[in-house]
Amino acid sequence: MAGGGSYDTFPKLLLRNSAQFGTRPAFRHKDLGIWQSWTWAQVAEIIRAYAAGLHRLGLREGDTVAVVGSNRPKLYWTMMAAQVLRAIPVPVYSDAVADELAFVLAHADAKLVAAQDQEQVDKVLSVSDRLPQLNRIVYDEPRGLDGYDRSRLIAIGDIIEDGRTALAAEPTLGERIDESIRAGSGSDIAVILYTSGTTGAPKGVMLSARNCIDAAIDTTRFDRLTDKDVVLAYLPLAWAGDHYVSYVQGLVAGYCMACPESSDTIEQDRHEIGPTFYLAPPRIFEAMLTRLMVRMEDAAPIKRRLFSYFLDVAQRYGEQVLTGRPVPLSGRLIYALGRWLVYEPLKNVLGLSQVRVAYTGGEAIGPDLFAFYRSIGLNLKQLYGQTEAFLYVTCQPDGEIYSDTVGPPAPHVDICIAETGEVQFRSPGMFLGYFKDQAKTAEAMTSDGYVRTGDAGFFDEKTGHLKIIDRAKDVGRLADGTMFAPKYLENKLKFYPNVKEAITFGDSREFVCAMLNIDPVAVANWAERNNVAYGSYQELAGHPLVYDMVAKDVAAVNRSLAGETVLAGAQIRRFLILHKELDADDGELTRTQKVRRRFIAERYAPLVTALYNGAHEADISTEVTFEDGRKGTIAARVKIRDMQIVGPTKSLGRAA
Amino acid sequence: MRAPNANEILLQVEGVALAFGGVRALRDVSFNVRKGEIRAIIGPNGAGKTSMLNVVNGFYHPNHGAITFKGRTRAKMQPFEAARGGIARTFQNVALFKGMSALDNIMTGRTLKVRRGLLWQALRYGPALAEEVEHRRKVEEIIDFLEIETIRKVPVGRLPYGLQKRVELGRALAMEPDLLLLDEPMAGMNVEEKEDMSRFIVDVNNHYGTTIALIEHDMAVVMDLSDRVAVLDHGVKIADGTPDEVKRSQAVIDAYLGVAH
Repeated sequence: MAGGGSYDTFPKLLLRNSAQFGTRPAFRHKDLGIWQSWTWAQVAEIIRAYAAGLHRLGLREGDTVAVVGSNRPKLYWTMMAAQVLRAIPVPVYSDAVADELAFVLAHADAKLVAAQDQEQVDKVLSVSDRLPQLNRIVYDEPRGLDGYDRSRLIAIGDIIEDGRTALAAEPTLGERIDESIRAGSGSDIAVILYTSGTTGAPKGVMLSARNCIDAAIDTTRFDRLTDKDVVLAYLPLAWAGDHYVSYVQGLVAGYCMACPESSDTIEQDRHEIGPTFYLAPPRIFEAMLTRLMVRMEDAAPIKRRLFSYFLDVAQRYGEQVLTGRPVPLSGRLIYALGRWLVYEPLKNVLGLSQVRVAYTGGEAIGPDLFAFYRSIGLNLKQLYGQTEAFLYVTCQPDGEIYSDTVGPPAPHVDICIAETGEVQFRSPGMFLGYFKDQAKTAEAMTSDGYVRTGDAGFFDEKTGHLKIIDRAKDVGRLADGTMFAPKYLENKLKFYPNVKEAITFGDSREFVCAMLNIDPVAVANWAERNNVAYGSYQELAGHPLVYDMVAKDVAAVNRSLAGETVLAGAQIRRFLILHKELDADDGELTRTQKVRRRFIAERYAPLVTALYNGAHEADISTEVTFEDGRKGTIAARVKIRDMQIVGPTKSLGRAA
Repeated sequence: MRAPNANEILLQVEGVALAFGGVRALRDVSFNVRKGEIRAIIGPNGAGKTSMLNVVNGFYHPNHGAITFKGRTRAKMQPFEAARGGIARTFQNVALFKGMSALDNIMTGRTLKVRRGLLWQALRYGPALAEEVEHRRKVEEIIDFLEIETIRKVPVGRLPYGLQKRVELGRALAMEPDLLLLDEPMAGMNVEEKEDMSRFIVDVNNHYGTTIALIEHDMAVVMDLSDRVAVLDHGVKIADGTPDEVKRSQAVIDAYLGVAH
């Protein structure tokens, strides 16, 4: 069992881990088809050399170092080495387009950028004339960088080598590094995480070392994490979730973080590594389930029958078995059989068979989706967190799991609900403020020192757990006063494998309409099995048979809404399928893949108008941004479908 | 590093003629390939481009003329001799082992580099195992280079065409050739796949310093990639020079657009 204790900075924790778990793996990375490992002792040696090398390049206390790329040991090491020198690492979303990147690098005053590969180096170079303070770019993968100007570009491997030689040659340099580690204090800014910015420009959340470590000590105790655990570091480096789970908890608990071979091989890598602790936003669980269902459609009939039979069994008994509540003997036996035949093999395929604790957060998860994973025996729990809290605000303890709540306050977290219904908190990991933005910091805090979350919620009377309804500003009402919670409807729609994204409209309108994105994987597979020919995503999305199929899903959502008194009036009257996939490069999604409803409503204004004026077709032309930043337009004629309303809808009748 | 050396000729083709019965596929064609350059051979359909490549790698034997490769002149050679001499190629129609994984296909490119006998390999023991690890490492570097980690274990028959082409390039690279012959590396690809493939060809040239001779129909691609272009028409070389020179050549314009006779 490890904790932070008197270790109040990450470099001190690194030295502790090297002494305490010296021979245990700290990092793994699949490279050239093989999992390469580094022990804590090796990592400590590398970081010392790397820090010495960076010192020789002129990196000093208080400087900022931007880190751009996917999860690579050398990029995590850059953060550690920077912290050794009391410089501040700033991880940046690697899929950010050049302009967004330039904004963050300029705002953070980055002196040095650690880039993963040629793609990221190119992006930084393309905006370097806007970054006068930037003097070095260091990189991990040399591929394609042969002909580049060497004056500002250095390989991370070379810096480590240089540091190692220098350490051997001049003992004073080593002393200086040790002194820098000793001098580090818990009140130092450990990292600046830029929020993805659902609204407006990104803000730099400053976190102190002491706060990060205190928060992580609480949660590692809460979930009993030790140096024997393993995580797969696959989420964006710049997201608080990855920084917390991979980096901070890794150092605090002393466990191993495994970096995948590439972003396309994550599933295979997860299967090989078998993580024991797993955090994923709901969309990843959704994508896994979609692919699973698609593959089951192609399976032999006997397997399909077995699968559906045991899924029913799981639905009946799974939750009770998992939480240890009484289950009739027959149920217990048949569930055990199901575990042997279906559930364990299923979890194995998904790479989840070793998982002791899994969390989902960042967005509300569909209750059916949540129940599915729990029913097959995955200890999936919800957490509600924020970058400003350095992650945990609430989390569900083992045994007290409800799909519609996010759990009681996490250890040492203090929550209050404002009169407006907004959730506010104080937590050990709480941020120090936004970097260079006093005004925004003041806006985010209450006078008595709580942080505003911007989410509307309340404490459930029965369980005492927190329930989040939606973003406080998103909950609206239809013209007749029926409550309209867009996120709630969208999540219901998105549970169907054919639907990838949904945006609903209804606030101050007479009825509810929806724009949908089909899931290309699921629908393409369906098209293949049913001999539906198509040439492009756009053609597939507009296909009448696809519309018929999706209409069935929408009808099912309406049926389920009819059963809920409060929301029966918010059934979906009309829908359309968008001709392009929503994309963060076009600003339609945030970098964490959340839909930006307002922006989409503006961008697709002609379609919204058509949804409400009774038209059955509408023309739309939109500008799209390609990955390299170039722009183009696509035009399409989008069809609109009318839906039947289910059940007694008195309020609607009155409104119409 | 890419450093085309004007003085160092890797391949010299001198007065080559090839006929199949009455069809004269090549008539007195001469050209050279310099070490480290990307050389393109273009021409309308039936101009004799693929025949030229086949002559170079020993698949066809020319009726007249001589070929000098790495300083050795010869009139006749078998394909395996060409391969052993350091010439690798890809084909117009993908020629892979469809049932084998991408990894295994690329491993076959190492065949000529294997030193241990068949028996050792069958036993997969001792020195043969150490050698296989060495080859596998090389192959993994190529997989990393071509960014095909995701399909390492997938039978190539199940892969889309663009990826199959990439695996084929990987197999040719596994031979660590001095001269790489690419027969229409971008035929039948979409724009994105073409861009990817162009990038890989340039990267191969830059990174491994491999000399490349390629046949291609897409003019934009050829003009972008190549250092020098030779143009064939009806088995005769009608132009040779930098992309700009070739673009301005009246003979080339006539051959492609046709002239009133």
